[in-house]
Amino acid sequence: MPTSKSARVMDADSIVRALTRVAHEILERHHSARKLALVGIRNRGVPLAHRIAGLLEKLNGHRPDTGILDINLYRDDLSLIADHPILRKTEIPFDVDRSKIVLVDDVLFTGRTIRAALEGLMDLGRPDWIQLFVLVDRGHREVPIRPDYVGKNLPTSRTEQVEVRLEETDGRDEVLLLREPPEPETKSEQGPQP
Amino acid sequence: MRLRTRHLLGIASLEADEIQLILDTAESFAEVGTREIKKVPTLRGKTVVNFFVEPSTRTRSSFEIAEKRLSADALNFSAESSSFVKGETLLDTARTLEAMVPDFIVIRHSEAGAPHFLARHSGCSIVNAGDGAHEHPTQALLDAFTIRRRKPLKGLRAAIIGDILHSRVARSNVLLLSKMGADVIVCGPPTLLPVGVEKLGCSVTHRIEEALEGADVVMALRLQLERMSRGFLPSLREYAKLYGLNRERLRRAAPEPIVMHPGPMNRGVEITGDVADGEHSVILEQVTNGVAVRMAVLYLLAGELEGEAAS
Repeated sequence: MPTSKSARVMDADSIVRALTRVAHEILERHHSARKLALVGIRNRGVPLAHRIAGLLEKLNGHRPDTGILDINLYRDDLSLIADHPILRKTEIPFDVDRSKIVLVDDVLFTGRTIRAALEGLMDLGRPDWIQLFVLVDRGHREVPIRPDYVGKNLPTSRTEQVEVRLEETDGRDEVLLLREPPEPETKSEQGPQP
Repeated sequence: MRLRTRHLLGIASLEADEIQLILDTAESFAEVGTREIKKVPTLRGKTVVNFFVEPSTRTRSSFEIAEKRLSADALNFSAESSSFVKGETLLDTARTLEAMVPDFIVIRHSEAGAPHFLARHSGCSIVNAGDGAHEHPTQALLDAFTIRRRKPLKGLRAAIIGDILHSRVARSNVLLLSKMGADVIVCGPPTLLPVGVEKLGCSVTHRIEEALEGADVVMALRLQLERMSRGFLPSLREYAKLYGLNRERLRRAAPEPIVMHPGPMNRGVEITGDVADGEHSVILEQVTNGVAVRMAVLYLLAGELEGEAAS
């Protein structure tokens, strides 16, 4: 729920509208969903990819292939973080060679996740091309990566957080912008601060 | 969730949730093994020393493939080529290896406790690849991974048959399977069953028929003749007759039993050829899964090591 420290920037309706618009954009550019595959990046890219596949099927009568990508093995910060992230499976049930792939993720921030995803996909084969859809583009890129389809452009400051919640993973559809936590008013309950 | 240790010294020091984490992580690496390009950049720039003081082909190759598939640099240091034969102590060899600043040392040694000794005197992560008759944790993990893909570990009945006395595989497997809620029974001639083995959490029998009754998993162990200095057995033929796993005996097991062997096999001694090659055998699957499990272990320990270094 939105509080004083958070604002709802997308609700269920605006998420549906954004996905529907993107489905149309994809069809406009490619005329058909044939030979097209949607690959969702774990975790929230996966339900988004399935939804877009469903919308494309409704519009066009053909459901594109979908796949799941776990990018953790390709992260560039593995030697910097204490706990190696929990690995989940990558499941790409179609032939990546000569495929046309739209990568799907929830939030585009530094672009490093997408860099890792591109490397991961290329290890599985040689697609004809790869495009990128994100539900929210919040800026602050650290590598030269740009999305092809965007649900919502959301200017943010670096310290803010964008939280995407989806029916399939979180029980409801919304996008929240969380402001930086305010200074502690009295004594912190988390223990002494450094 | 993370491993609470930076070394993998044995199953004894792992909790059930850590075992679960390693097995779950191995599923991801098993998928990498099915790709055309079976390599990920995850441990780029890390160095692993495979320090094998006891001869080993399959375990060392398995670790080496795992390291290469993770893009780590692997260096093999084996007994024949090492200064061990020239009289250097384990500590001095360890210091020499340490001076090359590896991130991991994978050690196989004929003395129980050698990996633990190394862990106390070295700054890098130690992985036990078998120490004497003590433990062989990655073998037990890959066995559990292989079993789990067919039957859930909890409530499973597993029979481990053969030379329990000299077997680190048996010890690690008993510990692991009982921690994961399986019932384990070990079976062998009295001379090859260590005193007090039931304290590990298994039941014991001298009769193979009793061990096999209703078993979901049947694990045959190799007779480690090279470790038998005195008369443990009247003859190999008698052993095969009383304790060899054959088709006839396997009928007592549960439907669709899983037949395992850590290798190398003595065909016709602890297991007959038709059972080893039969439809229930997962012996080659164990080898394939070994690579995925070892990749998972290295991946999880690498994260831990960096965490300690950063704090």
